[in-house]
Amino acid sequence: MIEVENLTKKFGSKTAVDDLSFSVKKGEVLGFLGPNGAGKSTTMRMVTGFIPPTSGSIRVCGVSVVQDPMGAKRHIGYLPESAPLYNDMTVIGFLNFGAEIRGLSGSAKKDSVEKAIETCFLQSVANQSIDTLSKGYRHRTCLAQSLLHDPDVLILDEPTDGLDPNQKHEVRQLIRRLGEDKAILFSTHILEEVEAACTRAVIVDRGKIVVDGTPAELIAKSGTGSLTDLFRQVTTLDTASSATSEDAA
Amino acid sequence: MKDVWTIFKRELSSFFSQPIAYAIIVIYLLLSMVFTFTLGNFIETGDASLTYSFFLYQPFVLMVLVPAVGMRLWSEELRSGTIELIGTYPISLWSVIQGKFKAAATVWLIAILLTFPIWITVNWLGEPDNLAIISGYIGTYLLACTFLAITLLVSAFTRDQVVCLIVASAICIGLVFASFEPFVRQYSKTLPGGIKDAITALGVWDHYLSLARGSFRLQDFVWFISFIVASLLGTSAILSAKRA
Repeated sequence: MIEVENLTKKFGSKTAVDDLSFSVKKGEVLGFLGPNGAGKSTTMRMVTGFIPPTSGSIRVCGVSVVQDPMGAKRHIGYLPESAPLYNDMTVIGFLNFGAEIRGLSGSAKKDSVEKAIETCFLQSVANQSIDTLSKGYRHRTCLAQSLLHDPDVLILDEPTDGLDPNQKHEVRQLIRRLGEDKAILFSTHILEEVEAACTRAVIVDRGKIVVDGTPAELIAKSGTGSLTDLFRQVTTLDTASSATSEDAA
Repeated sequence: MKDVWTIFKRELSSFFSQPIAYAIIVIYLLLSMVFTFTLGNFIETGDASLTYSFFLYQPFVLMVLVPAVGMRLWSEELRSGTIELIGTYPISLWSVIQGKFKAAATVWLIAILLTFPIWITVNWLGEPDNLAIISGYIGTYLLACTFLAITLLVSAFTRDQVVCLIVASAICIGLVFASFEPFVRQYSKTLPGGIKDAITALGVWDHYLSLARGSFRLQDFVWFISFIVASLLGTSAILSAKRA
């Protein structure tokens, strides 16, 4: 469903994503791990067609994101990192807008909005103005907007960031459930989420994939049975990377 | 077309769900009337055409108030990150630009139409040339749309609404004063004729006043429309370049 080949993104002389290749099939939940600034968000923004890649190819449901962005975007539901929303709208008003933009109308629109509200537990705040919502509800509203058109591919950038432990648990359950018939790519730096929600995980460091495998394989690879140890072994500290760049300069 | 309509509806309801549109409409109506009854000598001149009592002062009111309506159009999207939603929906950037522009232009259509009491008054007091008044209103609306398109272009550059307001107002004020008669007389003394002509050609007065006087000249429409379209295309180019 998602096929990424030799994806590279350069901002000026800085390489944010370096020759990345991976694929996510239907029924798979791929966890995207890595330190801050490893290129996770940049990769996701390219897959969703928000920013163009410097080179490489991205296909979503067989449609090239670079050549036919409109066609590819129809298959994708996307939750951006900061869960941006239109603060002047109500939750239901915003979801209606999202459904209309996805080309839904009449009873199809009504049903999809109702279903998204139900899936993300937003009934109690449906008529509330978005700027009065707590962080958990904001996140779930933005997640609901990504599910409106029942997309084949879901791209979720840190879907559990800023949620309390109960909400984190619910969102992981939801990702797992949705992953049964969709292809999901989600990023996180909470390692326990890999075991809780993913069927496969990759660790990205400085724009490159350094580890790829099922959660069980990753744990085996660590040698100590701890994902944290593996994560620390394969990724570079941001203090270390700044030291090397000073050396280079 | 349907996408433009969806964006248009959202933007328009956003204007009227916040105090900004109401505040600006009220201030616009107040300022328009203040100019008409003081500087415009509306009552004393006994002139029913509205050209020199009402329309003459519109550019001065619009040059600062129009950017206040348009300043949030892209700045707010850039600041709150909703640009990332818009950028990943299956709609073209051009539809979004059109929808936003049309919504803000509708706010100005409402504001300008709400000056209708002045039109009723001149018809009650005298026998004006109503076609000339309609022409003046068309000129005023085209002027508001031109300033709006400039504001939209500026707001694509910055995530700060205040910066957008100041820069867009400065450009609009520049366009108004560059060809304002007393100013032209001043700088034509020192500048060579060619430069003077170039500056006045870029300004709005020549085109606006011909409509305000009631003469429909094709060149004025072409000037306004090309300014608007160029600004909207510029907006599209800036936003595309920003993402790359």
